[in-house]
Amino acid sequence: MEEHLVDWSRAQFALTAMYHWIFVPLTLGLGFIVAIMETIYVKTNDEFWKKTTKFWMGLFAINFAIGVATGIIMEFEFGTNWANYSWFVGDIFGAPLAIEGILAFFMESTFFAVMFFGWNKVSKGFHLLSTWLVAIGSNLSALWILVANGWMQYPVGMTFNPDTVRNEMNNFWDVLLSPVAISKFLHTIGSGYVLASLFVVGVSAWYLLKKRDILFAKKSMIIGATFGLITSIFLILSGDESAHQVALKQPMKLAAMEGLYEGEKDAGIVAIGILNPTKTITNDEEPFIFEFTVPYALSFLGYHDINAYVPGIKDLVYGNKEQGIISTQEKMIKGKIAVEALESYKEAKKVKDEEKMAQAKVILDENMKYFGYGHIKNIEDVVPPVALSFYSFHIMVALGTWFTLLFAIVLFFLSKRDIMKYPIILKLALWSIPLGYIASEAGWVVAEVGRQPWAIQDLMPVGIAATKIATTNVMISFFIFAILFTVLLIAEIKIMTKQIKIGPNGGH
Amino acid sequence: MGFGNLELITLQQYWWIIISLLGGLFVFIMFVQGGQTLIDKLSENETEKTMLINSIGRKWELGFTTLVLFGGALFAAFPLFYATSFGGAYWVWLSILFCFIIQAVSYEFRTKPNNFLGQKTYEFFLKINGNIGTFLLGVAISTFFSGSEFIVDSNNFVDWQNPLRGLEALLNPYNYLLGFSLVFLAKISGALYFINNIDYEKIREKAVNSIKINMLLFLFFFLGFMLWILTKDGYAISENSFIVIERFKYLQNFIDMPFVLAMFLIGVLMVIIAVFVTITFKKTCCIKTGGIGIVLTVMAVLLNVGLNNTAYYPSTTDLQSSLTIMNSSGSHYTLMTMSYVSLMVPFVLAYITYAWYSMDRVKITKEEIESKDSHNY
Repeated sequence: MEEHLVDWSRAQFALTAMYHWIFVPLTLGLGFIVAIMETIYVKTNDEFWKKTTKFWMGLFAINFAIGVATGIIMEFEFGTNWANYSWFVGDIFGAPLAIEGILAFFMESTFFAVMFFGWNKVSKGFHLLSTWLVAIGSNLSALWILVANGWMQYPVGMTFNPDTVRNEMNNFWDVLLSPVAISKFLHTIGSGYVLASLFVVGVSAWYLLKKRDILFAKKSMIIGATFGLITSIFLILSGDESAHQVALKQPMKLAAMEGLYEGEKDAGIVAIGILNPTKTITNDEEPFIFEFTVPYALSFLGYHDINAYVPGIKDLVYGNKEQGIISTQEKMIKGKIAVEALESYKEAKKVKDEEKMAQAKVILDENMKYFGYGHIKNIEDVVPPVALSFYSFHIMVALGTWFTLLFAIVLFFLSKRDIMKYPIILKLALWSIPLGYIASEAGWVVAEVGRQPWAIQDLMPVGIAATKIATTNVMISFFIFAILFTVLLIAEIKIMTKQIKIGPNGGH
Repeated sequence: MGFGNLELITLQQYWWIIISLLGGLFVFIMFVQGGQTLIDKLSENETEKTMLINSIGRKWELGFTTLVLFGGALFAAFPLFYATSFGGAYWVWLSILFCFIIQAVSYEFRTKPNNFLGQKTYEFFLKINGNIGTFLLGVAISTFFSGSEFIVDSNNFVDWQNPLRGLEALLNPYNYLLGFSLVFLAKISGALYFINNIDYEKIREKAVNSIKINMLLFLFFFLGFMLWILTKDGYAISENSFIVIERFKYLQNFIDMPFVLAMFLIGVLMVIIAVFVTITFKKTCCIKTGGIGIVLTVMAVLLNVGLNNTAYYPSTTDLQSSLTIMNSSGSHYTLMTMSYVSLMVPFVLAYITYAWYSMDRVKITKEEIESKDSHNY
């Protein structure tokens, strides 16, 4: 493969996915918040709630449109830029994407039209149902795409077929109900709910700071903060389960997230720390310039046992006999055996030598678990970017903790004090909106950077997965996407802020 | 009984039929694209234009979703096609996607204050989507008949041979026939849809006139396309599973599969009847007849190129690399699982129909668009 091709392919995927993810979490959460508001309207028959629902629904629509625009590329990009991947695992990976289309996208798009244009055309009940179905549909689509992503992190429910040279699904339920997929799904939708709550609380705070639309803003804020507080607790619990799954299934990712080079028992979590930028796996420098550690916390987070041994990057690369961890070198040897066995299987098949085919198949099956290592060139290549994983993880956790606190504070002041007299809290709420986006994107950076170099954990490195194409093509498309999405994002932000300034009552 | 008991080839055929149906539904719903190209021609002022845009604006997402599902279903059922075509013909597919990305924001952003690019730009985006997006899709589908330059290696990894990465399809004039056919067909169905959906005489009159000219253009290109495929050599699978070139393969397929031929003829006839009745008797009903006609016609063309031992995605570089529904499909287990999921399709179609019916019972009028209470694009 051409030099830098895989870097550009990854850059493009990261760019498009991160742009898409700017819009998705708000859709996931705001859909439910709007549905709750409309339910109150239908129950109380109070025009105030209809107006409130319609205002937030308007913002939902602006965000939804650009979410759809940036989303379509994701459905095709596995093929355009990861063609080899698409064949190697398409038999498993394609199914959730297709199911997503059938079960979720149609629900979203059909009832979206009813939700926006149906106010005077369908009954109140049917309209409310449509609003709920849009929210459920968008969350269902999250389920299927996260099942697909979870499978890449922890491939299950399949066998390798040397005749077709791909992995083939043999148990759909294992794929769907994989613990990695489920915890990822719950944590991801949880993050969407929290982000949407921050959005509602923050925008409402802006009205209160401007001393306008006060009743509307306060009521919206109560709903936003309540929804936010409940879902941020859910987010913490699902985050704990996600970290536990990472520890079990992707120990290298966990080690990178924590900057843990040497494994240890009773491992603590670095609550705040600055990594030593010159530290690598091959030198003996200290990993941190400064660190503050919470004792036992990492062992507990990873294994739900405060004394558990947490393997470090060095253990995973060089092996640790005491802990029963085999080295990358050994995995690479087994991987090369698997790759060679596949080649001899193909050769034997050409000349129809069934005995040799059977022999090769046995060797292949024995070593298939490490197939991807057969393509790894240097042992250090299996270490993901530590700094990016570490900082993203810590930023995400710190901000997540802050949001929980913020929702609690806002609710307290709304119910016990006159929140209008505490502009500092309102400003904090307003400025937490961008923080929500940062935390959310950081979460995806942890998930995706932390698993490098694997497109599919242990089975296929990104370098093999990419489409064979002249790098210039991908560079050009990268810049087209960058320009196009940036222009659309600017338009979206300008429209959104204008609509907020106009407000629920058409401006004052 | 169940899908699990079916043979692999039966499941492959079943999935090709589903893909063909989706293709048909997608081309039908391209009335949205066609409608987008007519927004200036059929309107005299802003209100009329807004009526047109709101009429198709309530349907655009379904077309978008169908395209996405088309991608997903191909990935699940024929992953080697997904990898080979999308990865190989990189620029054709990316260009199509760019045309759809700009469509998705244009409705919602068009008339919003402070929208950065201005109303004209978003309307221009809709026209790009309607003309170029539709045209390129036609060209891409046309390569099912004309072939592409690729090799599939022993790992089933694609090695595309032409540095233009798919855009070389534009160097073959025959591919323009289907491209233009789709463009004019979409304009016809767009006009039929407006006539049905908008209760406004001036727009209806103009729409009828636009159908007349577009029908002539459509027939010219479509008959050209049919003449081309029915007289050209095709890519067949021989008895010993080799891909061979066969004379009049696609004509032969129609003869071998009379059911598909009947579907095709009925489909074309329905489109012609829909247009004829609309023009002559000023009826407003005909998007349904025309729509079913389009679905049947497109389905028949796709069934023709995929079934009856035909290589539906031929390679002109290395004949044996050509894709067939047999060598490019998912495994038996996956096709079976997906087949169970496909049982949901009628249910999905039913709720879409119900939602459409509930919404379209009340036709779009000038009063509705001008009323302050309505959510407009």
